[in-house]
Amino acid sequence: MRILTLLDIIKEVRNDPKLLFEYIEYTYDIINKVEDKVRAYITLRDKEHVLRDAKRVYDKLIKGRAGRLAGALIAVKDNISTKGLRTTCASRILEDYVPPYDATVIERLKSEDAIIIGKTNMDEFAMGSTTENSAFFPTKNPWDLNRVPGGSSGGSATATAAFEASAALGSDTGGSIRAPASFTGCVGLKPTYGLVSRYGLIAYASSMDQIGPITRTVKDAALILDVIAGPDSRDATSIDISFPKTFLEYAEEGSRGSVKAKLVVIEEMVGEGIERPIYTSFIRVIRHLEANELNVTWISKPIVKYALPTYYIIAMAEASSNLARYDGLRYGLHVGVEGKSWYEVFAEVRSRGFGKEVKRRILLGTYVLSAGYYQAYYLRASKVRRLIRDVLVSLLKTYDCIISPTMPVLPPKLGERIVDPLKLYAIDVNTVLANLAGIPAISIPSDLVNGLPVGLQVMCDELRENLLLKISSYVESFLKITPLVPPLVRGYVI
Amino acid sequence: MSFKVKVGLEIHVQITSLKTKLFCSCSADYRGKPPNTNVCPVCMGLPGSLPVLNIKAVREAVKVALALNSKINNVLIFTRKHYFYPDLPKNYQISQYDGIGSAPIAKGGYININIDGRVKKVRVRRINIEEDPGRIVYPFGSITKSPYTMIDYNRSGVALLEIVTEPDLESPKEARVFVQKLASILEHLGVTNPKLEGSIRVDANISIEGQERVEVKNIGSLKELEKALTYEVARQTAIVKSGGKVVRETRHWDKTKNITISARLKEFEEDYRYFPDPDLPALKIDRKFIEEIKASLPELPDERIERFVKEYGLSNYLASVLVTESKDLADLFEEAITVCGNPKLVASILVNEFLRWIDEAGLSIYEGLRRLNKDRLCSIVELLRKGVISTKLLKEYVKQVVLNDVEPNDLVRKGLTVLIDREFIEKIVDEVFKEYRNAVLDALKNPKAINFLVGQVMRKTRGRADPKIVNEIIKERLRRFEKSS
Repeated sequence: MRILTLLDIIKEVRNDPKLLFEYIEYTYDIINKVEDKVRAYITLRDKEHVLRDAKRVYDKLIKGRAGRLAGALIAVKDNISTKGLRTTCASRILEDYVPPYDATVIERLKSEDAIIIGKTNMDEFAMGSTTENSAFFPTKNPWDLNRVPGGSSGGSATATAAFEASAALGSDTGGSIRAPASFTGCVGLKPTYGLVSRYGLIAYASSMDQIGPITRTVKDAALILDVIAGPDSRDATSIDISFPKTFLEYAEEGSRGSVKAKLVVIEEMVGEGIERPIYTSFIRVIRHLEANELNVTWISKPIVKYALPTYYIIAMAEASSNLARYDGLRYGLHVGVEGKSWYEVFAEVRSRGFGKEVKRRILLGTYVLSAGYYQAYYLRASKVRRLIRDVLVSLLKTYDCIISPTMPVLPPKLGERIVDPLKLYAIDVNTVLANLAGIPAISIPSDLVNGLPVGLQVMCDELRENLLLKISSYVESFLKITPLVPPLVRGYVI
Repeated sequence: MSFKVKVGLEIHVQITSLKTKLFCSCSADYRGKPPNTNVCPVCMGLPGSLPVLNIKAVREAVKVALALNSKINNVLIFTRKHYFYPDLPKNYQISQYDGIGSAPIAKGGYININIDGRVKKVRVRRINIEEDPGRIVYPFGSITKSPYTMIDYNRSGVALLEIVTEPDLESPKEARVFVQKLASILEHLGVTNPKLEGSIRVDANISIEGQERVEVKNIGSLKELEKALTYEVARQTAIVKSGGKVVRETRHWDKTKNITISARLKEFEEDYRYFPDPDLPALKIDRKFIEEIKASLPELPDERIERFVKEYGLSNYLASVLVTESKDLADLFEEAITVCGNPKLVASILVNEFLRWIDEAGLSIYEGLRRLNKDRLCSIVELLRKGVISTKLLKEYVKQVVLNDVEPNDLVRKGLTVLIDREFIEKIVDEVFKEYRNAVLDALKNPKAINFLVGQVMRKTRGRADPKIVNEIIKERLRRFEKSS
């Protein structure tokens, strides 16, 4: 059975529904072999439960009435609400929280007969870029167990890269899908803000959070996006739009033939802070692009230098507000209340329940929203955000897409970046732009450097996912390195 | 020495006309349901839930803004107001704010109130749309008696309008009259049903000349509002007279003890860290939308008062009281006069008798109106017209109906009617003539003095004697008296 891509799996089980059970057994075998080493999952569903779900899918397959994702085992980041399945945000404060409802994206996956296989590790409340901020344990990069898988959707990317799932959902506020996709050799797509419903996604920074797929190919990502995208009456920020064709069709068009497009590189995105091997790899990739009729222009946009501080001010401000609700009263961490006033209980719950990085961001966010500082920080950041958006959007009137290395560095060693928050925040420099501007961005594997995956980021204008998927699928077709299989699982998969 | 008083009000009004809550599809009618059963992920603030605006709330808010002559903002922006409190599921309230990057749905405006026969314009500062928190329940009645508290989130997320006035009110009475007028406007608009407990809640800021202001919270009713403010005026005046200074603080009204109790000192403005709610995109408020609502506004209290004066010849005073005490009172008035006519009499019965007795009995207007309903009111008017009862007895009838919830016809059956037995009345007149010899002599010289004698006869018959007959007999007796002397 071919299991290299999600599309392969779907095709196989459609042709022979019995293979669904075989595929599940096979996936759990891989999990048994690698999960102890990589630790992608916070909650892995019992194989028996998954097989029970599979029986229902099987019956539909037999009748020819199965949905578009029949056969898919999807790993879901643990900040996306799943009815009856523990959803922790990798935080002590939600360690035992079981949502009474499904996020919209989960409803949509299930209605297309995808099976949720488990909930994946992440940085606590999606705050981090390495998955080391999980309150439970760090996840390790399947390409090098001494390195981080990136974050905050590190568990989702690792589960996908190590074939512990067919594909995964992540969430991306400042790069949390694209960073781990890049570090683990996956495709990670952050859609236009509002294209995918946030209902059920546990908020970090509401004005930038988006759910998106992490997969092994661009086409796989397009298929998942087809299922999860679209307006939702439960999310007031969701956009009511439809495209003439499916995203999968756009991706297929790209993979079939030559696409002409004007690409642009913003010099500041490959400036200081970028590691030498990343830079040289990026130049090599550009030569490939140019050899395939893609025109690449270099341009300077100095305002991009303000993206990182702007992003962190806005994200922390919104986080301090979004995380106010965790007080242990209605759900979440419980502490004894006897003889204590309500605010003593709240303080104890929050002191014990939140990790260090979460507390840091709540405190900084509270500070930038305080009377007297609001204008100097939050309001100014909001203005700079608008300027950055205007610059990118006007650039995207002239060019089809902006390209850059997704990450300025190779996957860091565990413990290497986490010691210094500023050094940690700095690696988000190229990914935060898309979130500030609300535009779509994808990271696709573009190279292996010293046996470690490197990602290429492509950004398009808002709601141009059709173009984004077409171009990145085209690039993927001539770079010819996906789907990547890390050495850790090579023996089991191929 | 008395000081100038300044009062500003913050009035929280539930939009009870809505079927669902402000940001979710739970029922807006939370009253009487078992605790925490009228909730969903949104109004419980569960992780991942998102608010979606109930657009009908905006329509209702625009109605109120138009009725209060306020200027409606062209964009609707919701703001998060942060404070930790157990009844607030997200530990922030989705509200509105007047500041950079934010704006309330409407600013400015005014309400005219009638105070001692003159019209006073009270300015409105702003109107906000916001969500109601849950309700704290003290299992043993009060905070001090309860070893623990419980929270019922059924109310959480119900749509509120917060209406803030300028400090234009100059006495506790003006404050009460203002809230009454506002409630009447809201009821006429059909936005709020003031009969529902907790549908209109008032916080007051009160200061006396040259002193810090004090916020009084937990005021449950109109009557309590006047009482609480009267208490505060006295308390603050006493402090200043004894050479002290009023401190800036929040005080709670304790209705069982009839005093205010210090809740917390307010040395600084609380920092609510307002910022625009990223879950709710700014919404353009279309001019056409406003014009449509404007065109469909119902008759408002001021228009109705004017109509009552013109159409029924009522005094401005009677008309104002009828309309502003409660819409139900004005409605009863109009319904009754279509049946039994006599608008002036009916208005006077309702304003001068009915309101007095419900006050005495401690009944709300609504409880009172259940007793003095249209049928009973009309049958009383009819009894007067037929001469079965006198004006004086009419007052007694209204009193009995309100206090004892009886049918007017039962009172007739009991014999509470005009005395028309001439012989009996003659006997009483004779008694009075004997007792008040000097008055009789006066009456011979001055026909106006007859009234005294009539009054005495009425007193002895406890108001039941038919005044016409009494007059006739007295005049006849006086003529006889003149002849004989």
